[in-house]
Amino acid sequence: MDGPMGREEPLALYVHWPFCLSKCPYCDFNSHVRAEIPRARFGNALRRELAHEAGRMGERAERPVVSSIFFGGGTPSLMAPETVAGLIEDTRTLFGMTDDVEITLEANPTSVETGLLRAFRDAGVNRISMGIQSLEPEALRFLGREHDAPQAIAALETARALFSRISFDLIYARPGQDARAWRRELDAALALVSDHLSLYQLTIEPGTRFESLFRQGRFHLPDDDDAAALYELTADVAATHGLRGYEISNYARPGAESRHNLTYWRYGDYLGIGPGAHGRLTRNGATFATRRHRAPEPWAERVERTGTGAHPEERLDNRDRAREMLLMGLRLAEGISTTRFRRRTGMTVPDATDPDILHAAIGEEYLVHDQATGILRATAAGRLRLESLLAALVL
Amino acid sequence: MTDTPLSLIRNFSIIAHIDHGKSTLADRLIQACGALTQREMTNQVLDNMDLERERGITIKAQTVRLSYPAQDGKTYVLNLMDTPGHVDFAYEVSRSLAACEGSLLVVDASQGVEAQTLANVYQAIDANHEIVPVLNKVDLPAADCDRVKEQIEEVIGIPADDAVEVSAKTGLNIEAVLEALVKRLPPPKGDASAPLQALLVDSWYDPYLGVITLVRVKEGRLKRGMRIRMMSTGVVHLVDQVGVFAPRMTNVDELGPGEIGYINAAIKTVADTNVGDTLTDDRRPASEPLAGFKPSIPVVWCGLYPVVADDFEKLRDSLAKLRLNDASFHYEAETSAALGFGFRCGFLGLLHLEIIQERLSREFDLDLIATAPSVVYRMLLTNGTTEELHNPADMPDQSLIEKIEEPWIRATIMVPDEYLGAVLTLCSERRGMQEDLTYVGNRAMAVYRLPLNEVVFDFYDRLKSVTRGYASFDYQMDGYEESDLVRISILVNQEPVDALSFIAHRSAAETRGRSICAKLKELIPRQLFKIAVQAAIGSRIIARETIGAMSKDVTAKCYGGDISRKRKLLEKQKEGKKRMRQFGKVEIPQSAFLAALKMDQ
Ligand SMILES: Nc1nc2c(ncn2[C@@H]2O[C@H](COP(=O)(O)OP(=O)(O)OP(=O)(O)O)[C@@H](O)[C@H]2O)c(=O)[nH]1
Ligand code: SF4
Ligand SMILES: [Mg+2]
Repeated sequence: MDGPMGREEPLALYVHWPFCLSKCPYCDFNSHVRAEIPRARFGNALRRELAHEAGRMGERAERPVVSSIFFGGGTPSLMAPETVAGLIEDTRTLFGMTDDVEITLEANPTSVETGLLRAFRDAGVNRISMGIQSLEPEALRFLGREHDAPQAIAALETARALFSRISFDLIYARPGQDARAWRRELDAALALVSDHLSLYQLTIEPGTRFESLFRQGRFHLPDDDDAAALYELTADVAATHGLRGYEISNYARPGAESRHNLTYWRYGDYLGIGPGAHGRLTRNGATFATRRHRAPEPWAERVERTGTGAHPEERLDNRDRAREMLLMGLRLAEGISTTRFRRRTGMTVPDATDPDILHAAIGEEYLVHDQATGILRATAAGRLRLESLLAALVL
Repeated sequence: MTDTPLSLIRNFSIIAHIDHGKSTLADRLIQACGALTQREMTNQVLDNMDLERERGITIKAQTVRLSYPAQDGKTYVLNLMDTPGHVDFAYEVSRSLAACEGSLLVVDASQGVEAQTLANVYQAIDANHEIVPVLNKVDLPAADCDRVKEQIEEVIGIPADDAVEVSAKTGLNIEAVLEALVKRLPPPKGDASAPLQALLVDSWYDPYLGVITLVRVKEGRLKRGMRIRMMSTGVVHLVDQVGVFAPRMTNVDELGPGEIGYINAAIKTVADTNVGDTLTDDRRPASEPLAGFKPSIPVVWCGLYPVVADDFEKLRDSLAKLRLNDASFHYEAETSAALGFGFRCGFLGLLHLEIIQERLSREFDLDLIATAPSVVYRMLLTNGTTEELHNPADMPDQSLIEKIEEPWIRATIMVPDEYLGAVLTLCSERRGMQEDLTYVGNRAMAVYRLPLNEVVFDFYDRLKSVTRGYASFDYQMDGYEESDLVRISILVNQEPVDALSFIAHRSAAETRGRSICAKLKELIPRQLFKIAVQAAIGSRIIARETIGAMSKDVTAKCYGGDISRKRKLLEKQKEGKKRMRQFGKVEIPQSAFLAALKMDQ
């Protein structure tokens, strides 16, 4: 059997908005700063690309139904609410949406954007992911954020009045941040939000301003032992507030997980539009990796000229898919269903992994392979060392 | 055409302790004879290997033919051979000596006679050389010519009254050296009409010309177009080119008796050029070969393995080419459970080992792993046979060994008084036995017998540090003696890493086992699984360290857009892992290997 059958699974839609007010020094996302953000042009281009992609997926009746939309960026709260509304409407007409469709928008807590939250809700957004990053004034300055702590709290309050589902991001394991300080900050954060948090350890990404500062020795990060201790502390504190680490950096009350992001980690199909957006699409039993032009204006030009800013698609073979599904799926606490693994990749877990490492990793309690349920999952200890584990395990 | 009468030829080697200025003196002689223009001159112009230039030492002996119009009105042909000073390359010196009738003994006038001064001058005396002492570096304020002359007479036992006092650096008195050469060294002997006998002094591989062979004609004539026969193998070659180093390669029609030059004879295989062999005329062969010289004996062996298994053939070719440039190093194929296919290689010493390794990586672009160096042990087995052990991994079970012997050396150490105590302590730590202790002025000369095993690894470094560089050291092999030796195996996660096993005296086994385990713990990065590093004698564990599992290695963020990137990263990591040595589930990075093998023992 060559390929997966994706038809019975709904589709996730990702929309990339590539503009921000300023570039954060740690950020390696496809985000850009413009004196004047070309809102109308990019709104139109996004809608055009969505329609174009829908057309490539057959007649209306043949297309999968959309179960989640994620407006990510960049800073999508800088989009015109009409664009958001238009894209949601287009999705409904072009694909159809499930009744419980999850529509998330990433927002930054500056006052301007907070003012637009109601308009986004009216456009159809039902989940907000807020880029708070820290509640400490000094840390916000270090991270180069445009907002301060009171603004962050005000934004969360506004959001709470409008949306039933709210998440926010925090960055920890910052220079000089010890366990006590982090516990205090995290407790305060958990008092503000009740169902979902993304908690990232600060990492130095190539090409960022932090990279050059770090190399010059201008600041230091906790070593691996300290970082591991902070990670474990994070899970403990989250647990006392009823939030479970369901993915390496994501914590949620059961049922409040981000369904959109779960699609990535479960290696489901997703359509990505906008500059630099990636996708995984199943067509006629084969899986294709899709990718779009990264630079915003050239992407828009292409869309205006041809309807799409896509690069040529890459067809993924069974091995590629097996690798991808392992490296995504083992990030999840729930792990990978081996039956679904076979269906999505055409390979079995034993075919895709090194038997000695699998055995040793189970012995070391990095992995659990439950024969009864057919689930392979990484334990907390395994997830903490996932990159090395994958490098050794995945064939 | 060179048809120089014997009476106008002088062949000489320049010998000295390391760094006393041989190569610099050679520069001045070349310049004084106008062989190179000012613009063509560089410092130590004969040290033409990158490695020689970087390290400021001579590794390979070099030959230059100069023409010198002497004060007596005649123009002489001078064949100069610059030699290395380091003890590892004593063999290069001995070959040069065999091609000459005399030696310039260079002594640094600010330092005096050192250990290699002695070793080299005794070799020259053994080769029946006429010796002209040259006191160099007289420009230095510390130069003390009278004291050094006295030393030469007292310690070496040759007259030093008319030693030439020079500064090779400033060029002072160079003319006097040339005059002394002409007047005091004997011309070579030989009969131009006799059947050809030419000594094969050296050969090397030139990427453009193929194999170049350096010869010293003793009897007869060596001509272009001649069919020459190698007397040891009987193989015959047609001589394409005959020439001299002036110092650039310059073709001539023939070389007569007493002359030194090169031939190029489309020789392809290494086996055809045995250094020390005699070349003769195939049509009119000499009845006897020349005495030749005793083959060099490698004293330190180690395994060399390609990091990438595919490079094995390339390594084989490269070793063959290097061997052509350096007859003193030996190699044979071997396999290691840990490292795969490679070669066991024999060297004259640790510096030699280091240099060969570096040349392989630079000139042949090879990434190598070297195993722990070992001396050659001799085992008398219970079945009555004797075996030489080049590789600790090959040591048979203790029950099969009747007794085991290790090589000893006789070492001469010269050191200023105030450091003598430290030197004696070092020697006794290394199981040394004092043979002699004498004084020359305020310098002591200690003669010790020492097990070679205790010396080859870090003895120089230790000696240098306890004497602040003021000691000099030389040694000769001095037989084998029974000893209580054991093999220490290193186990990584219970699996023996054959490449890391080594042999030591029982009394030192535990300390060394512990220190290598501790070192490995430092060098092997923490990995996915915890790692046990153990040292064992047979099945008895004598040292143990545990490297804990890594505490954290995970990327914080990974969403849809990152899947391709992460997969490609994973693929790249898998490629990168080929550069690691895998021991069960443990990866030992090459750098850790090298450092562990290099560590102070
Ligand atoms: N002051 C002074 N320095 C000198 C003189 N001759 C040589 N040197 C220096 O001594 C150092 C060693 O000189 P070399 O000519 O390389 O010595 P070498 O004997 O050929 O050394 P090896 O080949 O390594 O044994 C160099 O730094 C020279 O510049 C001299 O007459 N006076
Ligand atoms: S706001 Fe977000 S996307 Fe924009 S630069 Fe900062 S971190 Fe990057
Ligand atoms: Mg030299």
